[in-house]
Amino acid sequence: MSTNGTALLDVREISKYFGSVIALKDVSMTCEAGQVTCLLGDNGAGKSTLIKTLSGVYRPDEGEYLFDGRPREFASPRDALELGIATVYQDLAMIPLLSIWRNFFLGSEPTKGWGPFRRYDVRFAKDTTRQELAKMGIDIRDPEQPVGTLSGGERQSVAIARAVYFGAKVLILDEPTAALGVKQAGVVLRYIVQARQRGVGVIFITHNPHHAYPVGDHHVILRRGRVYGDYSKEELGLDRLVQMMAGGEELENLAHELERAAGKASGEAGDDLARAAEALEREAKDPGA
Amino acid sequence: MAAETIPPAAAPADERVREKSTLSKVLSRPEVGALAGVVIVWVLFAIVASRHNFISWATTASILNRAAPLGILAVAVALLMIAGEFDLSVGSIIGFSGMVIMVLVTPTTGGGFGWTLWPAVGISLLFALTTGLFNGAIVIATKLPSFIVTLGTLFAFRGVSIAVTRLLTDRTQLGQLDIVAGYGLAQKIFASNLNLFGSQFNVAILWWFVLTALATWVLLRTRAGNWIFGTGGAVDAARNVGVPTRRVKIALFMTTAFAAWLVAVIQVVQFTGADTLRGTGQEFQAIIAAVVGGCLLTGGYGSAIGASLGALIFALVQQGIVITGVEGDWFQVFIGGILLGAVIFNNFIRTRAALR
Repeated sequence: MSTNGTALLDVREISKYFGSVIALKDVSMTCEAGQVTCLLGDNGAGKSTLIKTLSGVYRPDEGEYLFDGRPREFASPRDALELGIATVYQDLAMIPLLSIWRNFFLGSEPTKGWGPFRRYDVRFAKDTTRQELAKMGIDIRDPEQPVGTLSGGERQSVAIARAVYFGAKVLILDEPTAALGVKQAGVVLRYIVQARQRGVGVIFITHNPHHAYPVGDHHVILRRGRVYGDYSKEELGLDRLVQMMAGGEELENLAHELERAAGKASGEAGDDLARAAEALEREAKDPGA
Repeated sequence: MAAETIPPAAAPADERVREKSTLSKVLSRPEVGALAGVVIVWVLFAIVASRHNFISWATTASILNRAAPLGILAVAVALLMIAGEFDLSVGSIIGFSGMVIMVLVTPTTGGGFGWTLWPAVGISLLFALTTGLFNGAIVIATKLPSFIVTLGTLFAFRGVSIAVTRLLTDRTQLGQLDIVAGYGLAQKIFASNLNLFGSQFNVAILWWFVLTALATWVLLRTRAGNWIFGTGGAVDAARNVGVPTRRVKIALFMTTAFAAWLVAVIQVVQFTGADTLRGTGQEFQAIIAAVVGGCLLTGGYGSAIGASLGALIFALVQQGIVITGVEGDWFQVFIGGILLGAVIFNNFIRTRAALR
């Protein structure tokens, strides 16, 4: 691992239980300023539990949570936010009917004037929104346009720009590319890199290794609530990452299962299954082929 | 800044986005539908009722006089609807606030308390704000739809007004406010007439305009306004970014109660008395006005000016029907039709213009 002891966010051997279910067991990971930590895992690997723990929604049952080198305990996501740990959730980021600039400053509106004449500094808000989005390379045509008219990728991007503007030191992105098309996902990945270059530590949750690999400085792979691997970009090729994500031996098992199913099935359907099984086996043994 | 190390995403002017025309920008304002409605209804009656002097200062005055109390209510109801909640109890709060005043000023021989007017007005305001607080607190605490909660309090508040008034005074109507100390000033503030162009305009019209302007300013130019839109638009997202959504909702329930109180005071002073049934049905008229004015039933969208225009349409139809001599029974048909038409029109506008 590329840790030099000054990680901005550092969790050590964190465990979280829900009744008899072990959601997380001895999970350790770090995130440094100006670096992207990718958090990968299949459904049910514990990604959601981990980010909710990192963002202050859950409190870990065991383990240590260090931020800026000091142990922390959060009573609510607000505590985490105040330290600069901002989380952008996939669907809960924006208010569709509200304009971009109103969304950008919602909850932290700049004001001018005093007493009963204190009012929303509209010009400042519009100008700042435009500037901040431009800094992230987001070209908005009209800050008055409702967020609902933006594409999914643009919406995520505005949410990221907002978190950065309001002083996020660590930005947790919950599957920001999951619901997006190829081009849109590329847009979001670009903003992740932008945020990193502005010195923000990014924790990027995804189950798509093709999205993670190009932007990630190191990759934490979760499986069944445990850390399956934690690799820097150098020690890991995209092929390895794809294979680990897919779970090599699981694919092989699946291949055998399909073969057996093909044995039972007859005729063309059986042949199709057999071919699918062969392909899976090849993939499992020789990824990237 | 480090941001310059990567060239910004080449600012791709997306070829799929058309330049929004000024017209569609105007059309995407929530109050446009209501404005069109006002013009259409006015022109309609101006033609149909031309023989009956529809275009005159006297008729204009009586339309505005009718619109004012409903407009005051509708503006407050619109703010609450934009925040995603309903208040069906405003009609009862009108009756309730009026009865509080009258019971307090009625002489002890009549079963009342024999107060002068102004303390009674103050106490009734406190009562009204408490009812709003009560509505809001129950909605927040139970997480029930406010439609149901305030439907309940609609009946409860009305029942309390009737029961307590009858218990104390043996009556359901109290009068003779004009002999109570303090009436002269109250009459000037709440119920005097302004003589313009030879016609009598109620001072309530001023209250209505001022409240509309104030509500518009709050909505569009203050933090609270942003919070109102946010709360109604997506309550979880708003809370996530730190909007005090509960406080917003409670404050707005108190605002609708305040508006109901103001209407009650205006009417009590104007008619020098109160009836326990006063305000019946006003809650629906106010919601209709707000919806006709562009408020979405689902919250997050709407305007105070629109709600005022909605109230104006209501009064135009009411007065127009009276003037043309059409059987008054048709009034409700008219209003129902306008409500449906407005909702369809608003939906059309929103999908065509706003979300394009």
